[in-house]
Amino acid sequence: MGTTSFDEMNGHDGDCRQAYAELQAWLEETPKELLEQRRVEAEALFRRIGITFAVYGAENAEERLIPFDLVPRVLTAGEWKRLFDGLVQRVQAINALIVDLYGDAEILKAGLIPEEMIYANPAFRPEMVGIDIPQAVPVVIAGIDIVRTGPDEFFVLEDNARTPSGVSYMLDNREVSHLLFPDLIARHRIRPVESYADELLAVLESLAPRNARDKPTIAVLTPGSFNSAFYEHSFLADKLGVELVEGRDLFVRDDELFMRTTEGPKRVDVLYRRVDDDFLDPLTFRPDSMLGVPGLFSCYRSGSLTLANAVGTGIADDKAIYSYMPDIVRFYTGEDPILGNVPTWRCREPAALSHVLENLADLVVKEVHGSGGYGMLVGPAASKKERATFAAKLKADPDNFIAQPTLALSTCPTFVDGGIAPRHVDLRPFVLTGADGTRIVPGGLTRVALREGSLVVNSSQGGGTKDTWVLED
Amino acid sequence: MHLILRHETSYAYDAPARSVIQLLRLTPRPHEGQHIRRWRIEVDRDATLRPHEDCFGNLVHAFGAEGSFQTLTIAVEGEVQTEDTNGVLRGTIERLPLGLYLRQTDLTTPDEAICAFAMEVTKAKTTLDGLHALTVAIHERLRFDTQATDATTTAQRAFAEGHGVCQDFAHIFIAAARSLKIPARYVGGYMRHADGTEDYEAGHGWAEAHVPDLGWVAFDPANAACANDAYLRVACGLDYLDASPVRGVRTGGLGETLDVRISMREAGAQQ
Repeated sequence: MGTTSFDEMNGHDGDCRQAYAELQAWLEETPKELLEQRRVEAEALFRRIGITFAVYGAENAEERLIPFDLVPRVLTAGEWKRLFDGLVQRVQAINALIVDLYGDAEILKAGLIPEEMIYANPAFRPEMVGIDIPQAVPVVIAGIDIVRTGPDEFFVLEDNARTPSGVSYMLDNREVSHLLFPDLIARHRIRPVESYADELLAVLESLAPRNARDKPTIAVLTPGSFNSAFYEHSFLADKLGVELVEGRDLFVRDDELFMRTTEGPKRVDVLYRRVDDDFLDPLTFRPDSMLGVPGLFSCYRSGSLTLANAVGTGIADDKAIYSYMPDIVRFYTGEDPILGNVPTWRCREPAALSHVLENLADLVVKEVHGSGGYGMLVGPAASKKERATFAAKLKADPDNFIAQPTLALSTCPTFVDGGIAPRHVDLRPFVLTGADGTRIVPGGLTRVALREGSLVVNSSQGGGTKDTWVLED
Repeated sequence: MHLILRHETSYAYDAPARSVIQLLRLTPRPHEGQHIRRWRIEVDRDATLRPHEDCFGNLVHAFGAEGSFQTLTIAVEGEVQTEDTNGVLRGTIERLPLGLYLRQTDLTTPDEAICAFAMEVTKAKTTLDGLHALTVAIHERLRFDTQATDATTTAQRAFAEGHGVCQDFAHIFIAAARSLKIPARYVGGYMRHADGTEDYEAGHGWAEAHVPDLGWVAFDPANAACANDAYLRVACGLDYLDASPVRGVRTGGLGETLDVRISMREAGAQQ
C-alpha cells in the first residue's frame, strides 16, 4: 500500500490509463459550464425521482440528496473478473460460516475463532440455533465494500450481510448517466446493471419454501416512510413488481404469514425484509417493537416462510469477525482468498491494543458493531484532543474496537467546484445468492469522499456517489 | 414430592378482542429431579396449540384466535414428581453452548455497583461457595416488594433501589454471575412454600449457574437457598423475557385485566 494515492484515471505516474482514455478526452473537450449545467440537471432529476437519504443526528433532520458526481468510474473487464471471483468466493464462505455457526459450529471446534467472540456477540441470535435455513442460504443479498490502493490491489474493507442498502443508487445513477451523457456512453461498451431486479427476483423465488405455490408470493417489508432507506424499499418493491408492506399489513395464522389485500388475505412465501432482527417479531425479539409481525419467526422456524436475509446474519458484519475472514474463506472453500483483507488489529488482544494506542495518529479505529462511519476515529485527520478522548474510550472497552492502517484509497476524477479533481472512492457491489449459486450484476455503488483529502465516503458523513462502469472485454 | 398444580391465566377485556396470538412457555420438561406424570394446557377458544422446542430447550406452544371475545383463559393442569438434588440439575435438554450463557441482556447488564458487589461477595471463594454467598448476599441486600418493580425492571435498577420480586433477585444474581464469567440463566416455574400454602398469585423465578464438575445448579436468591423438590422448573433463558410463561399480542381488547390463579399442593396432603 503506497503512501501516495493511486488515481484510477492517471495511475501513480500521471499517464492516462487505457480504460479512461475516452473519458479523459471527453472531459477535456467538454466545457466546464456544460458540466455545471449537467450537474444542475442531474440534481433536478434526482429530486424528481425522489431519491433522498435521511441523516441520523443531522441538525436539520430533513431528507437531503446524496450528491451524484457526474464523472463515472471505469473498471476494466479484467479488474471486474477478479473482483467477481473474489466476491463469489467470499460470500459463499460467509454463507457457509453462518450456516455452520447456527448448526454444528465446526469452525469453533477447529479453534479458528474464539468462541466468546461469537456467543457474547449480540449479532449472534441464539433463536437461530438448530433452525433449517432454506437452501442453506442465509445471506441472500450481501454488500461487500471494496477499496483499492493500486492497479491490482483490491481489498475488502467491510462485509454487509445484514440488510445492505445502496443498490437503488447503482440503478438510478446509471439511468441518469444515460439521460445526461448519451454521447459519452455511446463511446464505451458498458455492461448493463439494469437486470438487477430480475436477478434479485429470480434469487428470491429460488429460495421459496417447498410448499409454496408455483409462483411464490414475495413482499418487501419496510419499517416505514421515516426510515432513512425508505426510498430504496419502495424503489425495490416497484422494480421487483411485488408489494411493499409494513408490519401492520401482515399477520400470522397457524404459522403462515399473510398480507392483507383487497382480494382478501394472501400468503407470503418470501419476505425481503429491511427491518432489523430486533424488531421483526415482538413475540420472539424486542417485545416493544411495533415494526414487525407477531408470530413471524414461528413461520420462519416452521419453514413456511423464507426471510431474506435470515435472522442473525449480522454476525458476519462484525469488524472483529472480519479480521478472521481470510481464515474463514480457507476453512470453508479450501482455497486461498482471492480478495484480501485490510490488515486489522483486534484491540481485544493486549499487544494489539498497545500498538494501536501508540500509533493512534496513523490509524483508523472503528467500533466492531458500528456502521455508516459513526463512532470511528480517523487518526491522521483527528485533533490531539479528539485522539485523547478516543484513547480513553478505547482503553475502557477494548473488545469493542478494531484498528486499521490509514489506507491510501484510490482516487477518481470528480467534478468539484474548481473543475475536475481527484477524490477518494470505494465500491459496494451487491452479491446475490440463490438456490442455484451466486450472481453479481457488473458494477456496484461507488461512494466518493467529496471533501479534498477526506477518506470517509459514507453518505452520512458527506460522501457522494458515482455511476460505476464495468467495460466489456 | 408429588406436586399437583393448577395455573389459570384469565384475560377480560372492556372492548372485545378481535385477535390474539401468543407463545406459551407453560409446559415443564423432565430432568432427573423432575418426572412429569401428567400435564395439559387448555385454551377456551377455538384454537390449535402448536408445539415446538425453542433454542433453550423449552417446550413452547403457539396459538392464535380470531373473532370477537370478551375473555380468554389459559388453563394449565398437571402432576409432577420432584426430588431434592440440592439444586444440581442433570438430564436437562441443552441446545446451546455454555458460552452463550455469559451474554448479558438489556435486563441483566450489570453496572459497576453490581460488578463490585459480585467481586466483594465471592472474594477468595470457590465457584460453588461464591454462588452460595451471592445467593445469600442478594437476599440480605434486597427487600422483597411486589409493588416496586415490574416485568421490565432491569437488574441495575432493582439493585440500586434495593427492592423487587423474585425476578429482580434472579436478574441481579445472573448479572453478577456473568460478570464473574460464570454462565448463568433465568428459570421460570413454581415453588411450593414450606408452610403448605396452596394458593399463589404468581409463579416463581430463580436462576441457574454452571459450576465446573457439577454442571447447572439452581440458586434462588429470593429465598436464599438452592432449589429443591418444592420447585417445579418450567422454562429457562437468558432472562425473564426468554422464559416468560405467556408472550402475546392482541388487536382490539382495550381495557385488559389479567387474573392469575395458581394452586399447588402435595398429593395426599390434606385438602
